[in-house]
Amino acid sequence: MSNILAFAETRGGELRRAGLEAVAAARTIADAKGGQVHAVLFGAAGIAKHAAALGAHGADVVLVVEHAGFTHNNPEAVSATLAEKAKGGYAGVVLPASATGKDVAPRVAAKLGVPMASDVTTLSVGGNGITVTHPGYTGKVIQTLTLTATPAVVSVRPGAFLPKENAKSGTVETLAPSGDPSASRVKVTETAQGNTAKLDLGEAPVIISGGRGLKEAANFKLVEDLAAAFGNAAVGATRAVTDDGWRPHSDQIGQTGRLVSPDLYVACGISGAIQHLAGMRTSKTIVAINKDKDAPIFKVADYGIVGDVLAVLPVLTEAVKKAKG
Amino acid sequence: MKIAVCLKRVPDMDVRFKIAPSGKAVDETGLKFDMSDFDGYAVEAAIQITEKAGTGEVTVISLGGDVVQETLRKAMSMGAHRAVQLKHDGTSVDSFAVATALAAELKDGGYDLIMFGRMSIDTAHGATGAIAAELLGLPCVTAISKLEFDGTTAKMRRELEGAYELVECALPAVVTIDEGIARPRYPSLKGIMAAKKKPLDVKPAQLPAERLALDAMALPPERAAGKIIGEGPDAVPELVRLLKEEAKVL
Ligand SMILES: Cc1cc2nc3c(=O)[nH]c(=O)nc-3n(C[C@H](O)[C@H](O)[C@H](O)COP(=O)(O)OP(=O)(O)OC[C@H]3O[C@@H](n4cnc5c(N)ncnc54)[C@H](O)[C@@H]3O)c2cc1C
Ligand SMILES: Nc1ncnc2c1ncn2[C@@H]1O[C@H](COP(=O)(O)O)[C@@H](O)[C@H]1O
Repeated sequence: MSNILAFAETRGGELRRAGLEAVAAARTIADAKGGQVHAVLFGAAGIAKHAAALGAHGADVVLVVEHAGFTHNNPEAVSATLAEKAKGGYAGVVLPASATGKDVAPRVAAKLGVPMASDVTTLSVGGNGITVTHPGYTGKVIQTLTLTATPAVVSVRPGAFLPKENAKSGTVETLAPSGDPSASRVKVTETAQGNTAKLDLGEAPVIISGGRGLKEAANFKLVEDLAAAFGNAAVGATRAVTDDGWRPHSDQIGQTGRLVSPDLYVACGISGAIQHLAGMRTSKTIVAINKDKDAPIFKVADYGIVGDVLAVLPVLTEAVKKAKG
Repeated sequence: MKIAVCLKRVPDMDVRFKIAPSGKAVDETGLKFDMSDFDGYAVEAAIQITEKAGTGEVTVISLGGDVVQETLRKAMSMGAHRAVQLKHDGTSVDSFAVATALAAELKDGGYDLIMFGRMSIDTAHGATGAIAAELLGLPCVTAISKLEFDGTTAKMRRELEGAYELVECALPAVVTIDEGIARPRYPSLKGIMAAKKKPLDVKPAQLPAERLALDAMALPPERAAGKIIGEGPDAVPELVRLLKEEAKVL
């Protein structure tokens, strides 16, 4: 009982980085236990084409569950299939702590009758079970928890486990769904893809974030321009801004929005309210541009510029373009 | 519609926490408490549904020590009709255990809709609602930001990373509430007075043994103090130099 099941998340027929991160996290426990990683790939016909990528990122076996019922998210059928498979003697089930993974994980735990831990940042194998670290209290308290029941069900925080390529390729098997995926009581009728070319906040190494200091929705263009200059950047926002409808709620970073931890976070016209800091405090480098030298954001910013964000941003964008060559 | 809302009493996060000498809890001295953020949105959404329909009843349920009575009264002062305390002294980090105790109470309540927060702001596993739903055998939609009804079908929206999905399911059902659905009202004086007379039942919680062991709690490493490098556009060259040479992100 040393094998680990990983949920290889897809959306719209595409494999998500979150799925590769789940495999990477599962790999760490499997290696410690001398076991294998079995990645489960759900989707409509054709999804099997992603099996190779999963193998190349550490899955020993890729279990492909193809069914038209998986065209959209189908948490009931996905969790039933994962739980049924996990009963066959797995030490753990690892999912990404994404919107989809967090929806599925507790259902799997409940079906298996075991506890679970979410959003974990480390995983290790101890005497009593699998031990995890889990940030709680809006990231202000770190808990060390041990899952004493088997299998251990965990979701892993985006960015905490980085996908690693290996030279091996996994074997591919088909797995039948448990029950009829078309008969789920919960039905997703539509998945509206935002701008698919846009880098997701959870995946972007750089986040340029804007607040009320930008004065009006149209000025977010300056934020987007800077993001474009970096090339590998996503755009975030404060609640003040999502409340006013300048940006969608899905862009909100903070206690009640997304938790992010990029290499670089640039806060533009953001005061640094405690609820906002809760979502970005663990970013590696923080830059703040604010006209008020006493704004709380400067307390966490590695580099602060006091000034009018509308004047600073265009100059910064040009400078970054030049630096990027 | 008969609605239940499960809510948790949590500390205000606007402080620097201290770890208690046990190393397994936060020091509660001087902390203020209120209902967890998403639970507040759930209570408000439930009240709005019954207000709009002109009928229905909202029951608020909290598992915890007698201190949760204050939080339940607050929900009733906002407009919830009745409350249940599942009495349990001591903290709990295992969402499965808590969900089991809540499901036991919810099972025979005859609720059309059972609401949870998307996650509690302290233990933060975002698991209790979906686990309770499984234990109850009810369909569950998590982290919804919109909710409408078409007869006995609930129509909902969930936010995904950079996308969203529209979801339907028939009642009775369990939903967990994300931000965006409703902003909690402040209780009126009239509401506060009325809440004092509303029923609050106290029952023992049937909490199973916890299998998620809390080994330790610690504070995360502090960030180094911030520094201001200059003013206005003139500071940009120095910023770019630091991003290149010191932070190595350019
Ligand atoms: C329960 C709860 C949950 C919450 N959850 C979240 C959350 O998840 N995320 C979140 O972000 N917030 C959240 N909030 C809201 C939070 O408290 C703040 O209100 C919000 O973060 C403020 O956004 P802001 O910084 O854009 O606006 P403000 O606080 O208004 O700050 C604007 C800043 O811009 C500066 N400024 C103005 N003009 C200029 C200029 N020309 N150039 C440069 N700077 C300028 C000002 O000095 C100021 O510091 C929550 C609040 C509550 C009560
Ligand atoms: N002690 C509790 N009493 C009542 N409801 C709770 C309790 N703990 C958690 N919940 C509910 O479960 C949700 C998710 O909690 P969690 O799984 O801890 O993130 C909360 O938002 C509440 O709605």
